[in-house]
Amino acid sequence: MKMINASLKDLSAALAAKQVSAVELSGLFLDRIEKFNPAYNAFVTVDRAKTLAQAAEMDARRAAGETGPLLGIPLAHKDIFCTEGWLTTCGSKMLNNFVSPYDATVVTKLKQAGMVTLGKVNMDEFAMGSSNETSHYGSVKNPWDVNRVPGGSSGGSAASIAARLAPAVTGTDTGGSIRQPASLCGLTGLKPTYGVVSRYGMIAFASSLDQAGPMAKSAEDCALLLNAMAGFDERDSTSLQRDTEDYGRDLVKPLAGLRIGLPKEFFGPGMDDDVRAAVEAALDQYRKLGATTVEVSLPNSGLSVPAYYVIAPAEASSNLSRFDGVRYGHRAAEYSDLGDMYAKSRAQGFGAEVKRRILIGAYVLSHGYYDAYYLKAQKIRRLIANDFSEAFKVCDVIAGPASPSVAFKFGEKSADPVQMYLSDIYTISTNLAGLPGMSLPCGFGKDNMPVGLQLIGPWFGEAKMLGAAHQYQLATDWHTRAPEGLL
Amino acid sequence: MSQWEVVIGLETHAQLKTQSKIFSGASTAFGAEPNAQACAVDIALPGVLPVLNREAVVCAIKFGLAVGATVAPRSIFARKNYFYPDLPKGYQISQFEIPVVSGGGLTIQLEGPSTSSGQARTKFVHLTRAHLEEDAGKSLHEDFHGKTGIDLNRAGTPLLEIVSEPDMSSAVEAVAYAKALHALVQWIGICDGNMQEGSFRCDANVSVRRPGAPLGTRREIKNLNSFRFLEQAINYEIQWQINEIEEGRKIQQATVLFDPDTGETRAMRSKEDAQDYRYFPDPDLLPLEIKADWIADVKAGLPELPEAMKARFEADYGLSAYDAAGLTTSLATARYFETVVGSVGKAGAKPAANWVMGEVAARLNKEGLDIDAAPVTAAQLAGVIARILDNTISNKIARDVFEALWNGEGQDADSIIEAKGLKQITDSGAIEKIIDEVLAANQKSVEEFRAGKDKAFNALVGQAMKATKGKANPQQVNDLLKAKLAS
Repeated sequence: MKMINASLKDLSAALAAKQVSAVELSGLFLDRIEKFNPAYNAFVTVDRAKTLAQAAEMDARRAAGETGPLLGIPLAHKDIFCTEGWLTTCGSKMLNNFVSPYDATVVTKLKQAGMVTLGKVNMDEFAMGSSNETSHYGSVKNPWDVNRVPGGSSGGSAASIAARLAPAVTGTDTGGSIRQPASLCGLTGLKPTYGVVSRYGMIAFASSLDQAGPMAKSAEDCALLLNAMAGFDERDSTSLQRDTEDYGRDLVKPLAGLRIGLPKEFFGPGMDDDVRAAVEAALDQYRKLGATTVEVSLPNSGLSVPAYYVIAPAEASSNLSRFDGVRYGHRAAEYSDLGDMYAKSRAQGFGAEVKRRILIGAYVLSHGYYDAYYLKAQKIRRLIANDFSEAFKVCDVIAGPASPSVAFKFGEKSADPVQMYLSDIYTISTNLAGLPGMSLPCGFGKDNMPVGLQLIGPWFGEAKMLGAAHQYQLATDWHTRAPEGLL
Repeated sequence: MSQWEVVIGLETHAQLKTQSKIFSGASTAFGAEPNAQACAVDIALPGVLPVLNREAVVCAIKFGLAVGATVAPRSIFARKNYFYPDLPKGYQISQFEIPVVSGGGLTIQLEGPSTSSGQARTKFVHLTRAHLEEDAGKSLHEDFHGKTGIDLNRAGTPLLEIVSEPDMSSAVEAVAYAKALHALVQWIGICDGNMQEGSFRCDANVSVRRPGAPLGTRREIKNLNSFRFLEQAINYEIQWQINEIEEGRKIQQATVLFDPDTGETRAMRSKEDAQDYRYFPDPDLLPLEIKADWIADVKAGLPELPEAMKARFEADYGLSAYDAAGLTTSLATARYFETVVGSVGKAGAKPAANWVMGEVAARLNKEGLDIDAAPVTAAQLAGVIARILDNTISNKIARDVFEALWNGEGQDADSIIEAKGLKQITDSGAIEKIIDEVLAANQKSVEEFRAGKDKAFNALVGQAMKATKGKANPQQVNDLLKAKLAS
């Protein structure tokens, strides 16, 4: 078995059968990171000694009799998650010296499940971006074509799976930051229903939209990871108190009878032909497997990008106020007084995209503009959620493209923020509605770049969605493909 | 002053008596080493989230019930955004559009002549609202050699901001209101009332106008932490505003500080540079839902309120409004009094009231003690009063007994009376014998009395009392002496 291409289930079996130890497995991936990361820049921080010590601990736990589907398996964390004793930069110069004194709840839960921290992966600065070009630590290269972006903001997460530098990673998704890079890098990534995964310790971008989720090669892997990540957290008031569920429970469920809704707004102009072809082919496959498709409408989805670019910057402008150079993070070396210290520290510490969003956010919240922008955007948000509720009356999941195009080239959209913002046009509405969504590989488009199929579920429809994805992956092999030369 | 009308409203910050902070688990105890009581949430590390302390909500509900206000079934926490080094998040979590408590009010006692019906003069001050919020930390400008120290122990301490309507028309009224509020928050156990430690502090909005004219422009005096400063600051401010207007200048809306050393107020910032706080609902916190049964639970645990208790004291014990008001200035005083009455019976209510508001209050005041710390317990005082009522001791001797108890010279009144031989002489034979001796030794006084000088009688009584070291029953001495002189 080739460990680097194995499913989590297979890795787990190999660990249980003592074919490989956690230390060996982590060592294998650390070696790959050392060899390939300079080409992709997916990892911001690697600490071999720390990782191997953690792996040894997991081996000891197994020796003491512990078992578990994730025990001993390494994973990388998006650098947005606070990780005790690790540099946690959030892709920003502002936090280039911030070693977190605590673990995010997600990190704690995955450690408890026995996972070994392989390192911290690159991302758009404060998760603001769709191409990973805004990272202070340099852009991440798409392993399918190093001249192209991996998507963002979880670009380092996506590239590390695509390049087989990690078998699993965490990501976060505020407007598509898991699904769009998953699509562009040919892997499977899931954004859960808002409130399913704790946000404690995940550096906030837009609190009402941020949600952490797993990224891996397959839906089956994502289900295992989500089982470990999800759950009520008393330290996050927006986390939901629900019974524990097995997100893999529907994996074996046949597709016969599944009703797939196809929003007509997702299939109009704006989607590239190669993407359309791959998505249509995937839908044919679904119908072949017994699912039915039905046209639905999300009439307000056209408002999702503008509404998002009011709400997300508004929340961000406030969330990022704590980065003031007073207690931690970057502080300007020279300043004349308090105001100057704030101005210089923040001017130096934040990149252009972050500054743009802080400015937009401060503007839409300011006196006299609040009602026209923020309040109106919140109303649109409710309309968008209502659209989905209506649609789910006639379907079980919604399908469409995850991204309007395959991975684009560096610099192609970075000069035009609006073009960049439109790359999340199909993903943003689910965040506004708090719904779960995922992207899974469904073929290749122009220049042999991966295309992702997006599935959107009703609230708490993760298991249903994962089941639909897994059944498709049983019948196809897109998710097993990797860039040439890596295997 | 009569050609000017003064309009005053107060905003009071009462620090709530909870064990831990309003959005974190850190302790609220006063006086710890700087930053020893600031946890990750208080420091606003990246990724941390607030969780509402339900005890703080209980305090707000208690207050709402105590002032007859509406407790909102659903209120919202909002972010008030501004930069300051002791505000770690760059925003304060407060309530803006929908506060937890609206309306209500409290009755204040005014000094000066009573009304024609003998009632004390009172005024009802309406409350606009009361809302929950967190306190900031402290900036320390001394001892840091030109730098500023930040102590975040206070950051996140729960506050109830209580906003009155502009119902007060003089500094004296404002102080009466502040005192009534100060007593009430302690009465219901939500605030320790310690003004020196900043647990109760007032901002005063002051304006002046010609009678009948529209409201004048107000200036807000910030952070007054003693009743004396409150009165001084308002009086200075009123005079300053009148002078300005009379000299032809306009009042500019401003925030001002009171300098206790000079007794003057001076502008801190004017309306032009008033900040835009960019309030918006905090997406990290759910709306605060307060159901009727929660309010009912809190109500059941609320002590009898001062107004109700005052009325009951008048009705049940036949006390004057003055006495009843005096005894209900604090819950501790009222409970002390009721313990005494519970022991000596309703017949002893008036003497009990006199003692509590007289001797006890005077001694406490002299020694700067709270009634809870009074060396003479309510049970001990009841013992003293019981001996007055059964004629074992006179009022005068009772004061000696009280003094002895205060100084810890005995366990109870009886043992002190016994040990010091203070028991009243009621044997008329013995008193007669003493009177005979006094008459014989004071012939001059006898003659003066007979010549019509009433004063001489008192001198004779005094001599008789002196001869018995005050132990003779004064009434008996009077009666027997009258009889002797008449014969």
